Amino acid sequence: MTGNRNPLINGLLKLHITLCLIFIFAPIAGSFVFSLNSDRFPSLPLGSFSTEWYRLIWEDPLVWAGFFNTLLVGACVAAIATLLGFGGAYTDFRYKFFGKPVYLALALLPPTIPVVIMGLAMLAFLSRVSLSGNVISVIIAHGVMCSPFAMAIIRLRLSQMDPDLEAAAWNLGGNEWVTMRHVIIPFTKPAIYAALFITMAVSFDEFAVAWFVSGLNETLPVKVLGFLQGQVSPRINAIGSLAFVSSISFIVIAQLLMRNPESKPS
Amino acid sequence: MLDTPIVHFDNVVKKFGSFTAVEKADFQIARGEFLAIMGSSGCGKTTTLRMLAGLEDPTEGNILLDGEKINGKPTWERDTPMVWQSLALFPFLTVQENVEFSLKMRKVPKGQRRERARKWLDRLGILEFADRNISQLSGGQRQRVALARSLVTEPKILLLDEPLSALDAHLKVRMQSVLSGLQKDLGITFVYVTHSMSEAFSMADRVVIMSRGKIEQIGTPEEIYREPRNRFVADFLGSSNVFDGSLKSSGNEVWQIETEHSSFTLKAPSEVQKTDGSPVAFAVSSENMSLAAIGTPWAGNSIEATVVGGEFAGASATVFLETDQGQELKVQKGHDELKTVDIRAGQKLLVHWLPEHCHVLPGE
Repeated sequence: MTGNRNPLINGLLKLHITLCLIFIFAPIAGSFVFSLNSDRFPSLPLGSFSTEWYRLIWEDPLVWAGFFNTLLVGACVAAIATLLGFGGAYTDFRYKFFGKPVYLALALLPPTIPVVIMGLAMLAFLSRVSLSGNVISVIIAHGVMCSPFAMAIIRLRLSQMDPDLEAAAWNLGGNEWVTMRHVIIPFTKPAIYAALFITMAVSFDEFAVAWFVSGLNETLPVKVLGFLQGQVSPRINAIGSLAFVSSISFIVIAQLLMRNPESKPS
Repeated sequence: MLDTPIVHFDNVVKKFGSFTAVEKADFQIARGEFLAIMGSSGCGKTTTLRMLAGLEDPTEGNILLDGEKINGKPTWERDTPMVWQSLALFPFLTVQENVEFSLKMRKVPKGQRRERARKWLDRLGILEFADRNISQLSGGQRQRVALARSLVTEPKILLLDEPLSALDAHLKVRMQSVLSGLQKDLGITFVYVTHSMSEAFSMADRVVIMSRGKIEQIGTPEEIYREPRNRFVADFLGSSNVFDGSLKSSGNEVWQIETEHSSFTLKAPSEVQKTDGSPVAFAVSSENMSLAAIGTPWAGNSIEATVVGGEFAGASATVFLETDQGQELKVQKGHDELKTVDIRAGQKLLVHWLPEHCHVLPGE
């Protein structure tokens, strides 16, 4: 790969990547280190090794409630957003129609809206239709935010498909539904799983919108803010580390699924 | 029933918006025939095939399959399997599962499915690859999988859309003989779309030549080659020289044609009627023209032309010349015959041919 490249450029690129990774991961690593530190305040030099803060959150029923809410919301959002995203992506793959660029822009728009505005708008709308302040409201709001991610992933996969494949299945005697089941879904399967995990991770980490619409059914990130407002506690570091491990696992699983060897374009 | 053609295109028109892809296609395909539809890209040949497969609906006219009108019948209810240019094999299925696909769609029980698929894999010589993934096969092997997948339901007709275009020249020739052998053994109708004259003319019983949505000529390869109907076909075959002129005198035996070059003598065609003075176009095959040094006495038709270039590949050579009036001529000859003439570029030569080698284009 790097065969004929200028060594200076090569070195600079490596430095650039290293710096990027440091900026991304240093705070997370710091939080992880302090979560295992016995001192009450995150300062150097470190105190002794301690799992005290993990024990405290383990014993806190409010943290558990938040965790289960997050998990429930995440699972529902993954299912709903992936279904919607698949529909959107398949529509784009299969049909040509007037105004398609507008359709695509609108369908992929939600992640570009500032989350605070999105949260406020969701709150205003959901309270108008009496759906605010419970778990369903978070699911709806996150479903809207996550389906574009699912759509983008599945659309990418569909774009790798031989456009004749679907017609070939029809030609061999499968009607449109059967072909969906036997050709489109098997072909997009890695992307469908990837979409499930990525949308779950996005929902898992999302704070602002959940804060606006969740009411008493707080998800974990909302809970963390609650802690911060009350007191500075190293428990936040512990929760943060656990949340990071869960999210990054989802993303890694999604990545592994997307490079499924049999799905390589031949 | 056996006398009815397997396919009848009854004045079929296909339009995409204001663009006419196929214009009044009206022809029949006989049972057991190998029909090639040939033309350059965008001529409507693939659209014609797709209408037969049920992937496009005709705008006007009817398509009859086995005497039954099939307009509007979805492709999955027709038994018109197609071999795709891209092959369109399912990458997530094994070879065996690919071949079983259409049986599975027809709810054939599992054991029977397996048996029938293996029979076809065996027949096409790829049984040993049954459990492989598609990505592990070579181009020629994939070709055979695509054929097996389409033939496993034992259809009455098989549609092929430029199936050999992705293969290299050597494999192409091999697959051509596999295809024509298969067609003869099975006795089913093949409709084969291609832009390659060598594929069409070497395999097909009859060839349909299309251009810009119109059918220019239908006939056996020999008919088309010997008697191109019009200038398009003559040019498309690429081996003829076409002359334009007007009929000076039409006797029973010979016609005299006045052209911008000189007057030429033709053997009077039996099937074409023209009045004196009307425009006439005729073609002379490049193989039927000969070269000689200027001044050589010659009784038939002749014209002086300057050599502009040549191609000396293979068993014969092609010499390109230009007349004083600017018309290009092609002369194809064996190397031995060319030894006697000087064919350097810029050299003036006498091009000559016999009256009976002139073919009047009836469609002009």
